Amino acid sequence: MEQSHIKKQINFIKNSLFEQGYLDEQFIQLEDLQDDANPNFVEEIVTSFYSDSTRLIRNVENALENYPLDFCKLDDYMHQFKGSSSSIGAKKVKVECTHFQECCKARNSQGCIRAFQQMKQEHATLKRKLEAYFQISRNE
Amino acid sequence: MNLGGGQVVSKQSMMPSSSCTSWKSTAGGGGSGGGGGDGGVPDQFPAGLRVLVVDDDPTCLMILEKMLRNCNYEVTKCNRAEVALSHLRENKNGFDVVISDVHMPDMDGFKLLEHIGIEMDLPVIMMSADDSKSVVMKGVTHGACDYLIKPVRIEALRNIWQHVVRKRKHEWKDFEPSASADEQKPPEEPDYSSSANEGHNWKNTKRRKEEDDEAEERDDSSSLKKPRVVWSVELHQQFVAAVNQLGIDKAVPKKILELMNVPGLTRENVASHLQTFLPHNCKNLVQKYRLYLRRLSGSQHPGGLSTGFMGSPEAGYGSISSLNGLDLQALAASGQLGQLPPQSLATLQAAALGRSTNSKSPISVPVIDQRNIFSFENPKRYTEVQSQHLTSNSNSKHMNLLPGIPTNMEPKQFVNLHQSSQHSFNMNNQVLIQMGGQSQSQNQSPNQSQIKTQTQTPSQGLRQPVLSNEMLPRGGVVDLATTVYNPVVSVSQASSLVDFSMNHKTDPSNGYPLGGNLGISNITATSSTLQGDGSLDSKVPRRGIVPSYDIFNDLNQSGYRDWGLQDVGLTFDQSPVLLQQSNRSSDMGGQNRNLNSGKVIFSPSGTHRNGSNIGQPCNSYVGENPLRVKAENLHDGSSHNSLYNEQYGQDDLLAAVLKHQQQQQEGVGLGQTESEFGFDGYALDNLPV
Repeated sequence: MEQSHIKKQINFIKNSLFEQGYLDEQFIQLEDLQDDANPNFVEEIVTSFYSDSTRLIRNVENALENYPLDFCKLDDYMHQFKGSSSSIGAKKVKVECTHFQECCKARNSQGCIRAFQQMKQEHATLKRKLEAYFQISRNE
Repeated sequence: MNLGGGQVVSKQSMMPSSSCTSWKSTAGGGGSGGGGGDGGVPDQFPAGLRVLVVDDDPTCLMILEKMLRNCNYEVTKCNRAEVALSHLRENKNGFDVVISDVHMPDMDGFKLLEHIGIEMDLPVIMMSADDSKSVVMKGVTHGACDYLIKPVRIEALRNIWQHVVRKRKHEWKDFEPSASADEQKPPEEPDYSSSANEGHNWKNTKRRKEEDDEAEERDDSSSLKKPRVVWSVELHQQFVAAVNQLGIDKAVPKKILELMNVPGLTRENVASHLQTFLPHNCKNLVQKYRLYLRRLSGSQHPGGLSTGFMGSPEAGYGSISSLNGLDLQALAASGQLGQLPPQSLATLQAAALGRSTNSKSPISVPVIDQRNIFSFENPKRYTEVQSQHLTSNSNSKHMNLLPGIPTNMEPKQFVNLHQSSQHSFNMNNQVLIQMGGQSQSQNQSPNQSQIKTQTQTPSQGLRQPVLSNEMLPRGGVVDLATTVYNPVVSVSQASSLVDFSMNHKTDPSNGYPLGGNLGISNITATSSTLQGDGSLDSKVPRRGIVPSYDIFNDLNQSGYRDWGLQDVGLTFDQSPVLLQQSNRSSDMGGQNRNLNSGKVIFSPSGTHRNGSNIGQPCNSYVGENPLRVKAENLHDGSSHNSLYNEQYGQDDLLAAVLKHQQQQQEGVGLGQTESEFGFDGYALDNLPV
């Protein structure tokens, strides 16, 4: 029961993440990759993502401090960010990256900054949720 | 866990070496790892596929690695392009496929793609989060086998093995004895369905050739290394003779090999040699030409072709001949002339002429063909030729090679022709000659050389070049084309030969290696006749011959059938003769047209000078004739009609190719050429008969 209760919880959390648009189908792909040989595969991937993306975020922050903004570089960073966040299925984060890129194309500094803030927020939110998710999964 | 930065190269071997091996062997030689590779356990494939993944994003890299491993592939990952390259270089045969990200900090993914393509010729799959069309297109143009959009799903990775197989298959075509070109030829190209049979093996070889253009060069490096065969003139002649004998449709490496009966020569050697004649880019050219020719032969207006042309060529024959002529012309005119080395034309002619082995007089045969192709012969000559032509029996069958070009054309005939005219159609003779194709091409005295038919008139000579030029697919590997199309321009003639510059040019524009390989002599240089157009290849309508290969329209420029006679100017002294086409364009579909008014020797289609025969073919080429050789140009004087004569060595091939192409091209108004060629009496008189 405990186990099934936990399982239910896990599923509940996962489903809500999907429903709320935090995660997309790619996350399921990752879960499918998880097997006995790699029982914590998804968690490993997510951990890797967050460490890498933190570095990227720092780079973007630095770039945003240099005026005039180097939109090309920012666009490039966002491209990378988009690639990795989409790889783990971080849907909302990906959407914010796209917004950022659009602002870069439009050379909209304010827009970029705003989009970046949004992105950071989504990034952090997802991190929290996934951490909770993994925690419960580990307890299973 | 943190994926550190820096290089990450780890190799995970999923499959036991045996399975890898077996896969490799199945694949024909993967070489590395695995070892023996003799068992080739097919059912294990694609397990053990050795994949190299390159991506600067560690998260993606991990995911990909896991996915690939789940597909039972052997994965090596790199996060730096340079590292990946060094891996590939160190272990040339260590990988089967490479997957690379587009955006990487140390090297652009496309650059890496290029490097790999050049150095290792492995299939490369690009990936990116960027799905914009421009980037995907860039991948395509840089030669990527596939382009995956991130996030990559495992399903997308499961099928990557197809790229490996495809590539190997093409390589095998050349190498594998059993997988001879003949076998693989299911006409895959939908558009050539009609000519599927004929161009069948050509198509395959062409296709393969296209893909593996470099593969051949890489043969040495690949596991299937084969000792290179030096195609001497004699050997080439044997080869061409065999091809002629078989008919272009049936000229599969296996049979060619049998006919040649050269000890030590392997099917692969033949296959790769055969491929050299296929224009790289024009793989369809032959097909088209065939179609065109077919169509022409079918629709030949009986006797339309020419009055002189063949007298009464067996209806089919005549028509075919006309086709040939037209085709060639068209080809020449199509502007590709520039590209086609004169030799190609010569070849074509030769091929066409070759048909009539029985021709009575050596000259006659070629003449006829010539006419068809180049239609520059004068009527009288045609008659002669015709007779031969007609005699040649098999028109229909030989027509394969080139419409209008008697397939039977024996080299000798070419010789004769050659003599008669002054074609020193050296132009690409080299190609032809080298090919050894019809013996005559080479030897012939400058004028006489291949263009046997040339005797008719100088225009003939021109024709040849025209053809060749035309024929040469632009840009593509035209090796074959050059040879084929080059009406055997006697290399010897170099001097006067039509300026087939077409041939020589490895035409940068088109990309067809005009005569590149063939070493076509620069005909252009020599003869002033053709007004120097030096390089026909360029679509410069040098002499009216439009370099574009219009014949095959599709290949080159959309339907530019201009047989480029214009450019033919190459050595066509007779320029005026030949180049008529240009104007005509319309009916003949371009190629023929060049021949307009009489002069045009080539105008396969358009110009009906005589009107009669040509009518039909040109459809396809109509209009295009970029090559419309301006006949006038031809008149440059240097009558190099002889050019044509020489070519015949190659003509057979050329003819074959042309024919093939023709067929595809429907509408090549080759028919007309006949009449046009030389009928109008233009320089034909000059042709040394």
